[in-house]
Amino acid sequence: MKKIVALFCGVLFGTGLMLSGLADPAKVIGFLNVSLMLSGEWDPTLLFVMSGGLAVYLPLYLLVVKPRAQAKLGPVFDKCYHLPSKRAIDAPLVIGSALFGLGWGMIGICPGPSIVNLAHLDLPMVLFVVAMIAGAYIGRQMNRTLPLTASSRQ
Amino acid sequence: MFSSYVIALCGGVLVGLGAILLLLLNGRIAGISGILSGALWGSDDSKTQAKGLGWQWYFLGGLLLSGAIMGAPLEAIFGLAPIELSSVSQSTPLLLISGVLVGLGCAIGSGCTSGHGICGVGRLSPRSIVATLVFMVMGIISAVVFH
Repeated sequence: MKKIVALFCGVLFGTGLMLSGLADPAKVIGFLNVSLMLSGEWDPTLLFVMSGGLAVYLPLYLLVVKPRAQAKLGPVFDKCYHLPSKRAIDAPLVIGSALFGLGWGMIGICPGPSIVNLAHLDLPMVLFVVAMIAGAYIGRQMNRTLPLTASSRQ
Repeated sequence: MFSSYVIALCGGVLVGLGAILLLLLNGRIAGISGILSGALWGSDDSKTQAKGLGWQWYFLGGLLLSGAIMGAPLEAIFGLAPIELSSVSQSTPLLLISGVLVGLGCAIGSGCTSGHGICGVGRLSPRSIVATLVFMVMGIISAVVFH
């Protein structure tokens, strides 16, 4: 059942990415490139994506998941919620997020849309995903070996 | 027919629904970089996992499925233009560098747009709020420089 739920949630999530425009690199760049404000061509619509997502996620988390997790209750199909346990705002978090932002702004693709767009098997997207997996592998090894990040895997 | 803002808002609601249902039903965070890494190399709590493909592969399969089948209906109903990937293919080296940075950054920073931006901010996690601010600001700087 967990796997059917995961598949269904993946379809919902991916459809949302497509509908919102987040899966379209040109749209993402049109949002991130704020210099377009000067010419009046800046596209703010992606702000609405995050707003829509949070409008659903935040209240249900606060009203259902958080109280249940505090009462040691679990989700429907598992014994407990698998929530991140890290709290520290540390160097790996900031440096990693900065590197991710740098890469995201270059092309306009982040991990979710890369997988959604992979369905078309276009060569550029395949290359991007292969490079992304290579980067993730390097990052994983760094997390394991560098003392700074050794304890910070989620 | 539909305002682009309303369409984007509806898309965001679907993303949020997919993410919160995964948490409500399975107790899992819908962070794509983490799910991809978990699918390929296992997550830290997967030692006791059952045999067969992990749940992560099914979520990724759902993403692929949406990409494969939802393009035409969304185009018909909302008049969305098909996604044009030519804008990303002009420079293969840039594409590869971007991919490596995205993969590396998400692994070191423990998350991406979905894990930090929706699920983390949606849990009011200070870590994720900081991460989201950092990658948004860097993304803006990078997009301005490269475009």
